[in-house]
Amino acid sequence: MSIGLAHYLAVAAILFTIGVFGIFVNRKNIIVILMSIELILLAVNINLVAFSVYLHNVTGQIFAMFVLTVAAAEAAVGLAILVTFFRNRGDIAVDDVSVMKG
Amino acid sequence: MTFSADIALAGPQLTLAIAALVLLVFGAFAPRATTVMTLGSVAALAIAAYYAAFGTQGRGFAGGLVADDASAFSQVAIFIASAIAIPLGQKWFAQRNIRNFEFPVLILLAALGMAMMVSAGDLISLYIGVELQSLALYVLAAMHRDDAKASEAGLKYFVLGALSSGLLLYGASLIYGFAGSTKFDDIAVAVQAGAGTGVLFGLVFLICGLAFKVSAAPFHMWTPDVYEGAPTPVVAFFAGAPKLAAMVLFARALSEGFSGASAQWGQVLVIIALLSIGVGAFAGLAQNNLKRLWAYSSIANVGYAVLGLASGTAEGVQAMLVFMVLYMVDVTGFFACLAALSRAGKPMETIQDMAGLMKERPGIALAMTAFSLSALGLPPFSGFWAKFYVFKAAINSGLGVAAVIGLVGSVVAAYYYLRLIKVMWFDGGVGGTDTPPVEAKTIAIAAALFSFPLVLGALVFIDPLAKAAAAAFGLA
Repeated sequence: MSIGLAHYLAVAAILFTIGVFGIFVNRKNIIVILMSIELILLAVNINLVAFSVYLHNVTGQIFAMFVLTVAAAEAAVGLAILVTFFRNRGDIAVDDVSVMKG
Repeated sequence: MTFSADIALAGPQLTLAIAALVLLVFGAFAPRATTVMTLGSVAALAIAAYYAAFGTQGRGFAGGLVADDASAFSQVAIFIASAIAIPLGQKWFAQRNIRNFEFPVLILLAALGMAMMVSAGDLISLYIGVELQSLALYVLAAMHRDDAKASEAGLKYFVLGALSSGLLLYGASLIYGFAGSTKFDDIAVAVQAGAGTGVLFGLVFLICGLAFKVSAAPFHMWTPDVYEGAPTPVVAFFAGAPKLAAMVLFARALSEGFSGASAQWGQVLVIIALLSIGVGAFAGLAQNNLKRLWAYSSIANVGYAVLGLASGTAEGVQAMLVFMVLYMVDVTGFFACLAALSRAGKPMETIQDMAGLMKERPGIALAMTAFSLSALGLPPFSGFWAKFYVFKAAINSGLGVAAVIGLVGSVVAAYYYLRLIKVMWFDGGVGGTDTPPVEAKTIAIAAALFSFPLVLGALVFIDPLAKAAAAAFGLA
């Protein structure tokens, strides 16, 4: 069996779904949510690189570079916000993120 | 196109990027020079607005950056809104002894992201613009670091914003793969030749991601929490300009990239619009906190803007632009009022807090009355003209039923706007409100005067400009 475009797309779709479910189903820790976000972005990168190779078009790989860079910045901002949250609450459990409701 | 010609097209963006970096370094050495920071950042926004309005137009960077009437129109509106937010926020933070010189820099970076969004001609520049704007806004939401609510708001905004970026990006990757290019022009050619399931699948993800950014239902759940928790002047900023930017991006991506599939996205947008109007009107009824209430009001109002876009005509895009600009003035003014009001140093945020405000602070109470009546869509306030444009465009393109549902939604929403007015005018108050800071009060009164009667004169200018801007998208 040769590995073709469809296999890469399937892997990316599975990773993407795991990432989205990780955000909504996860009820424990916000770090896990940050990991799920990374998973989503990496699924997109697999898609982009697979398409790039399939189409013989380098744009997808350039796009993947941009996504990697932005993902790093996003993780930095997310962790910084998480630190201010922790300093106010002393905890980062998901159940605590609910002062505001309605 | 030569490189120098490309650079000339990016005048507004480059001005903002350089100003943000210079001010950041300046602030690191002189963190107490807030006046210089404020003046410097407002000057940078003014120069950028000048470039946007009078600079050269065209397509540069291999189609990645577009400077046309639409980008000029929305950039000028965005830069004005950003320039207003800076003194408003500086004063608010100074009153609470929070000295952070980063505030104007973050506003500049957000404005840069929005300027990228409205002139994106490519999925990559679309993504970079959206992220630049979002990352600055996440930090702004959590700017009040010692406040538990603000950091929770920042965290929620970050998590859901990152999820929406992920959806948008997954859609972009599928569109790239199945259309073979990231440029809107090339995507349009591929879609004309017959849009496959892959491209449409990607388009749905892209629409979901952008609907998150404009807080349209069913992707609105972050809005009330973030508006309630974030510092009030920051809400005044991100309830207006970022939504205009995201709506223009929405219009550009759909009309330049997917005009061949307008029947498909038109239906999706009508559903999103009606859901937003319904959620905004009905969920707002139960709210007691004014920031939450106006969050639901903004969800409903975005619904009207999306309805304009759903028409799929140049008239609809024009209606959307006029609507967003007029709404931006209302919402900025309303949150400026809330930023101006406090009782013994505590912010006044619930409807009951406003009891008897008419006797105590007649100027601000009148301004809030004007914004409420305008958001309700009562003639002759600006909100009425905004809705008039949208309904006219919707009816002309055969969306009469949707327009009627929208009208019913605004009748339902009238309850909460009128309730606030009743409490302000007729209920007995406890008194003791603090003297409002002059910046917030000036902005509030100016916005209220715009909402009526200045809007009547301003529409003479806004109407043809929005028409030219809408024509730039090349819709029929």
